Amino acid sequence: MQFMLLFSRQGKLRLQKWYVPLSDKEKKKITRELVQTVLARKPKMCSFLEWRDLKIVYKRYASLYFCCAIEDQDNELITLEIIHRYVELLDKYFGSVCELDIIFNFEKAYFILDEFLLGGEAQETSKKNVLKAIEQADLLQENFSSQSPHNCLSTP
Amino acid sequence: MPAPIRLRELIRTIRTARTQAEEREMIQKECAAIRSSFREEDNTYRCRNVAKLLYMHMLGYPAHFGQLECLKLIASQKFTDKRIGYLGAMLLLDERQDVHLLMTNCIKNDLNHSTQYVQGLALCTLGCMGSSEMCRDLAGEVEKLLKTSNSYLRKKAALCAVHVIRKVPELMEMFLPATKNLLSEKNHGVLHTSVVLLTEMCERSPDMLSHFRKNEKLVPQLVRILKNLIMSGYSPEHDVSGISDPFLQVRILRLLRILGKGDDDSSEAMNDILAQVATNTETSKNVGNAILYETVLTIMDIKSESGLRVLAINILGRFLLNNDKNIRYVALTSLLKTVQTDHNAVQRHRSTIVDCLKDLDVSIKRRAMELSFALVNGNNIRGMMKELLYFLDSCDPDFKADCASGIFLAAEKYAPSKRWHIDTIMRVLTTAGSYVRDDSVPNLIQLITNSVEMHAYTVQRLYKALLDDISQQPLVQVASWCIGEYGDLLVSGQCEEEEPIQVSEDEVLDVLEGLLVSNLSTPVTRGYSLTAIMKLSTRFSSLNRIKKVVSIYGSSIDVELQQRAVEYNALFKKYDHMRPALLERMPIMEKTATNGPSETVQTNGETDSTILDTKHLPSISQPASQANDLLDLLGGNDVVPIIQTTVPTKPASAGGELLDLLGDLSLTGGPTPTPASSVPMSQPPFLLDGLTSQPLFNDIAAVIPPMTAYNKNGLIIEFTFERSNPNPNIAVITIHATNSTEADMTEFVFQAAVPKTFQLQLLSPSSNVVPAFNQGSVTQVIRVLNPQKQQLRMRIKLTYTHKGSPVQDLAEVNNFPPQSWQ
Repeated sequence: MQFMLLFSRQGKLRLQKWYVPLSDKEKKKITRELVQTVLARKPKMCSFLEWRDLKIVYKRYASLYFCCAIEDQDNELITLEIIHRYVELLDKYFGSVCELDIIFNFEKAYFILDEFLLGGEAQETSKKNVLKAIEQADLLQENFSSQSPHNCLSTP
Repeated sequence: MPAPIRLRELIRTIRTARTQAEEREMIQKECAAIRSSFREEDNTYRCRNVAKLLYMHMLGYPAHFGQLECLKLIASQKFTDKRIGYLGAMLLLDERQDVHLLMTNCIKNDLNHSTQYVQGLALCTLGCMGSSEMCRDLAGEVEKLLKTSNSYLRKKAALCAVHVIRKVPELMEMFLPATKNLLSEKNHGVLHTSVVLLTEMCERSPDMLSHFRKNEKLVPQLVRILKNLIMSGYSPEHDVSGISDPFLQVRILRLLRILGKGDDDSSEAMNDILAQVATNTETSKNVGNAILYETVLTIMDIKSESGLRVLAINILGRFLLNNDKNIRYVALTSLLKTVQTDHNAVQRHRSTIVDCLKDLDVSIKRRAMELSFALVNGNNIRGMMKELLYFLDSCDPDFKADCASGIFLAAEKYAPSKRWHIDTIMRVLTTAGSYVRDDSVPNLIQLITNSVEMHAYTVQRLYKALLDDISQQPLVQVASWCIGEYGDLLVSGQCEEEEPIQVSEDEVLDVLEGLLVSNLSTPVTRGYSLTAIMKLSTRFSSLNRIKKVVSIYGSSIDVELQQRAVEYNALFKKYDHMRPALLERMPIMEKTATNGPSETVQTNGETDSTILDTKHLPSISQPASQANDLLDLLGGNDVVPIIQTTVPTKPASAGGELLDLLGDLSLTGGPTPTPASSVPMSQPPFLLDGLTSQPLFNDIAAVIPPMTAYNKNGLIIEFTFERSNPNPNIAVITIHATNSTEADMTEFVFQAAVPKTFQLQLLSPSSNVVPAFNQGSVTQVIRVLNPQKQQLRMRIKLTYTHKGSPVQDLAEVNNFPPQSWQ
């Protein structure tokens, strides 16, 4: 995977994970163009499109678009599963996740993503293990006051 | 100074902003506060401030002043700090930043930290955005962690190693020992990442690939793991909709593909498991189909037995019928890849593919279109063309150009009859006329010229089309050219194929003049129609009207049109005796290569082949020439062939002068073609003979003279040239090797090498025996890509056996005609 973007239906970026080195300007340009392209797609169209020399796999969950750019030899269908797995992880962690959770706890969304994917590839295929690792890491955070993630442990 | 506000507080506040300006103001205020807080070197709130900065960065605001702060956070002992610090590093510090390298030491320390979660943070950061220098410095640490027994760290180290290898391929060797027992792990995370690592290594290095195939016996191990996954019962931890760890299955299948490609033994070893996966995988959900998809890709790439391949294509066929768009899309993509190798099997699914042309999704339609073109053959051409023309009518504009080109190509290859061919072209021109590619116009004109018996029918149909609609330029251009050529057939109502229409000369001229004045016509189209009107002066009787039109345009603002008009005027006034000859019917054009003289005449002394490159055959456009210079007029493409047909019939008057003019031309001719052209150029009669015996009018592709590349010991190698139509940078050279000695030359091998700026492709030779006494020749095709248009040079090596003894020779070929590489 080269990058993953999460954005709302109004085109606001909620998360961006880049696995290739690009300048800020390039990232902004790509984001802008891709968001425009994906938002222009009609609901009945398929989840894959060719864009520049990449394959884009996207899926909408409620008000959020999850969009991944994969390379030619990557499997589009399994990428859909990866996106789904990430959503499931977020859901388990936040308890029925919604867009607001990701807006207000974006750093946690990143932490979860980084426990699931590394360098663009899945590092752990067991949902349980990913969640366990996050839980343990959360415990390590100083000023830890309670178990629930919603209480913004060691609030930055 | 009060404590900086919390992250969530900031987010809440910013979200209340109602306008962009309001938001910007809030952000600027907060940034200022953060900046002063950074200046105070406050450790307590640094984490909070950087987190806020990251949020603002995501909104699109600059955050570079936080870069160093991220480094300080990473260096801190607090886990919270490190977590945010590393996140900040991944978001703000890519390898282009100068401060990037400062992280290296921190990461190194953290890789050896006592807490695995800190080590994990370091591995993650390094694996996501480590630069080559960092990777070089820290590869040793990663390698160490790859051998640890802690599976949490091991899996991360494996993916980190993948990144290191991508950045610094030379370091690949160093990870080899650590991979030894990676696959004997039970932990799926480690297994998955190990397979990814092995895949990366095998893809990058053929040595590694053969090492893993032979020495490590990777294939049986992978087969075993895959088998366990499929056969083992329900495992809640890794289950996805009833399938056990599909992610791992897919990665294993992909690695098997790489291992099996081109290798019989490996392919055989995996046949069974592939068949098993292909038949046993549940297809009701996307997961199952993802695995089947990967399986199909693997089967098609390795040396699988035919039964397996048919199974794979059938799976794709089933995919095509699936309700899920994504599955259909994926099926079409895969079929496109396999249509060349397994053509017949894919043909069986043709009707389903053609149905996909009607799909609503753009990507599916495009794939279906490409696949349909790949499946067209002599048997199904009529049916397929019907579907494709229907598609052309209704598809999006983005498709029309490609579809039109595809239809032309298919029609050219498989047209069952000339009439059908012309009808098809007409249909394309009338429905998608404005999207047709520019080079189709000359190709179509050539096609029409060559279908002699269809001239009347064609011109009639084109005329009728013009009456309907003059907005589609390619259609208009072809139509006006045809009317110019065959106008006489049009007014005489000679059409056999369909009901002849009654049309008068004036009506025809009305239409052509209409094109000249219409706003819809491009300058090129106007040029065509003016020339057409001019040509009709020898076919129609209404000379005065034509003369009037031509003289009016002598003062046209459009330089091109003006030049033409003035020249035609001159034709009426000063050279009227030549007019009939010049405007005679075009001969049949062939796409074959010709020899020297004809070409010299055409080049008219110009050194580059730009004249030849004017693809508008009827146009006499030569920007550099002067308006009244008749020599230039004669140098134009469409005039020369006419001279050819005229000379035998009018030898005395017109012919004689023409001869002289041509004689002049040939003497002023520029670079003479290479030694191969045997015809001397100073003998006009001989020149003309050359013209009459060979169709002069050639497709641009053909006008490069052949040459002798090698002539020694009875072996002569001649090169003939063609320019590849779709790509003008590719020259297609055919070598002809002949043997004038009394013994055959056997085991003949021709090899060629070109300078670095070129690329060479040598196709297979017709045979490797060059028969004696010039009884036959060996031909071989070379394709040379010359993007920089540099002078072509080639070194050739010949090896053959002659009279029992082996002969080897090297030669340089430097006498390529300029047209072959310009």
